[in-house]
Amino acid sequence: MSNTKANALVSKKFKKRSQAGEIFHHLSKNKGAMAGFIILSLLVLAFLISLFISMDSITAMNARMRFTGPSGQHWFGTDGFGRDLFLRVIYGSRYTLAIGLGAVTFGAIFGITFGSLAGYYGGKLEEIIMRASDVLASIPGILLGMVIVTVLGQSLQNLIIAVGVQATPIYLRMARASTLTVRNHEFVEAARAVGLPHFRIIFTQVLPNGLSPIIVTLTASLGIAIIVGASLSFLGFGVPVPAPEWGAIIADNRAYARSAPWLMSFPGFFIMSTVLAFNLLGDGLRDALDPKLKMR
Amino acid sequence: MIRYILIRFLWLIPIIICVSLIVFSLMELAPGNAIDAMLSEDLTPEARQELIRRFNLDRPMIYRYGVYMFNLVQGDLGVSDVTGLSVWREFIVRLPNTLVLSFTALIIGAAIAIPLGIIAAMKAGSLVDNAVTVVSLVGVSIPVFWLGLLLILAFSLHFGWLPSGGYEHGIRSLLLPALCSSFALMANAARQTRSNMLEVFKADYLRTARAKGVPERVVIRKHALGNAWIPIITAIGSSLSVQLAGSVVVESVFAWPGIGRLAADAVTARDVTLTTGVVIMTSILYVLVQLIVDVLYAFVDPRVKAQYLSASKKRRRAA
Repeated sequence: MSNTKANALVSKKFKKRSQAGEIFHHLSKNKGAMAGFIILSLLVLAFLISLFISMDSITAMNARMRFTGPSGQHWFGTDGFGRDLFLRVIYGSRYTLAIGLGAVTFGAIFGITFGSLAGYYGGKLEEIIMRASDVLASIPGILLGMVIVTVLGQSLQNLIIAVGVQATPIYLRMARASTLTVRNHEFVEAARAVGLPHFRIIFTQVLPNGLSPIIVTLTASLGIAIIVGASLSFLGFGVPVPAPEWGAIIADNRAYARSAPWLMSFPGFFIMSTVLAFNLLGDGLRDALDPKLKMR
Repeated sequence: MIRYILIRFLWLIPIIICVSLIVFSLMELAPGNAIDAMLSEDLTPEARQELIRRFNLDRPMIYRYGVYMFNLVQGDLGVSDVTGLSVWREFIVRLPNTLVLSFTALIIGAAIAIPLGIIAAMKAGSLVDNAVTVVSLVGVSIPVFWLGLLLILAFSLHFGWLPSGGYEHGIRSLLLPALCSSFALMANAARQTRSNMLEVFKADYLRTARAKGVPERVVIRKHALGNAWIPIITAIGSSLSVQLAGSVVVESVFAWPGIGRLAADAVTARDVTLTTGVVIMTSILYVLVQLIVDVLYAFVDPRVKAQYLSASKKRRRAA
């Protein structure tokens, strides 16, 4: 009787955390990851606020308020059309989030599917998939992005595709590698012996067990996707005007770098902070998922 | 070894064919190309027929691609739709500018990053280490085009020390773009160096070396760096191909007349022939540099070299 009580007490005290709980515990002790988490929370907050901003209020021009510096009324100053930069930057958060998350999701769907197929089946199929991925990886990213946007036309959706296509080979290789490490485990053999169909084995047995390196890669590459997207926008292959995408705002105000430096400083700082946040979170996640690498 | 290099080079051929096929067919799909524009003009039926024959429009796309590649092998990429200049010449004229920029960036980046990474690893956990870590984190997070504009703002508009773009001032023109494109590389290489050195510091042979009384400086330079060297070289080498091909952004910001800017201008002007040519040539350059780095890598690391040798032996036995 008292024994079971003591057992219950012990198990309460040393309650085994779930895997997700364990990872979060590691993350919460990592200062960098927490900083990244806070920055991202602010970004999500900015996005939520921007839902209350109408497109009209960020495109309305005001000839009397051209090029005013940051002030109490206009926190980030105004641009050459007298538009409030703070509102535009806050509104722009949705494009950055959409490009980052959209492109990584796009790349992940194709990359993980084909990568795990290649790793699981091996043989001819693997050879074909990997060579195709090599070909895709051989076209320099930004150039491929520019060509894709030119062919498909300028829109947010096509920009996401252009960025996502570049990321696909990276995820594909990652997914193949981690499938290879899992594929010969006994539980996969058991699943096969039970007679599960191959695609179910891949998606219920192999992938979940090889997921952690893939998740780290995905998180870390969110930052890269955002930089690539902003660069394409900066070069004029992004979301069409007047959408206040951060890279596009910088490009539009390049000519006023000297007279109105705030116009390129704020959006650039926002891009950098967002990318930094994802990088910090990615590093933290890598440490949390793989304690062996912690001292690196 | 020679056999291995030869096989790797032969592998390039199908890759180049596939890459150029993708780019070529994408550009054929691009709306509003020059031939469309020509065909949409009021033409006599004869003139129309003449155009269709000249550009092989009555044949399948694969035929036009074949013709294109046949000419490419002979160094003929057609003429620009806009300026009428030879695409091949345009590319070759600008190639050296990109090479100069990339190598300068590489040298600046490596020269700063490697010592920084070593110092950071030697004093792990110290103020210097934390500073290097923070700076390199910021370095990989900063968008290159924004960094470029900030550099222009500071060094050319504010202080007026360096020109903001172009190439007329020789070394002085080169400095800002090279610094800008070396920054990301620097951040990457510093991180890589630091983590590799930390890894090597745990090795038994370092303890042995210290125990037998080898001076600390020699331990670091010979025993530690000698083993940490390889991944650092790979990191820098693979960033060279990225530099060469990804120079689009830096060259656009600093108006540097290299192949990246040529490509950007061509795409913006909807110059299909020029774009196709430049993108295909840049891709070829990209895979070629990657291959060279791979092969060099095998030469630098005796372990990798041995692995390749045994792998090719195995393949021969299997064949």
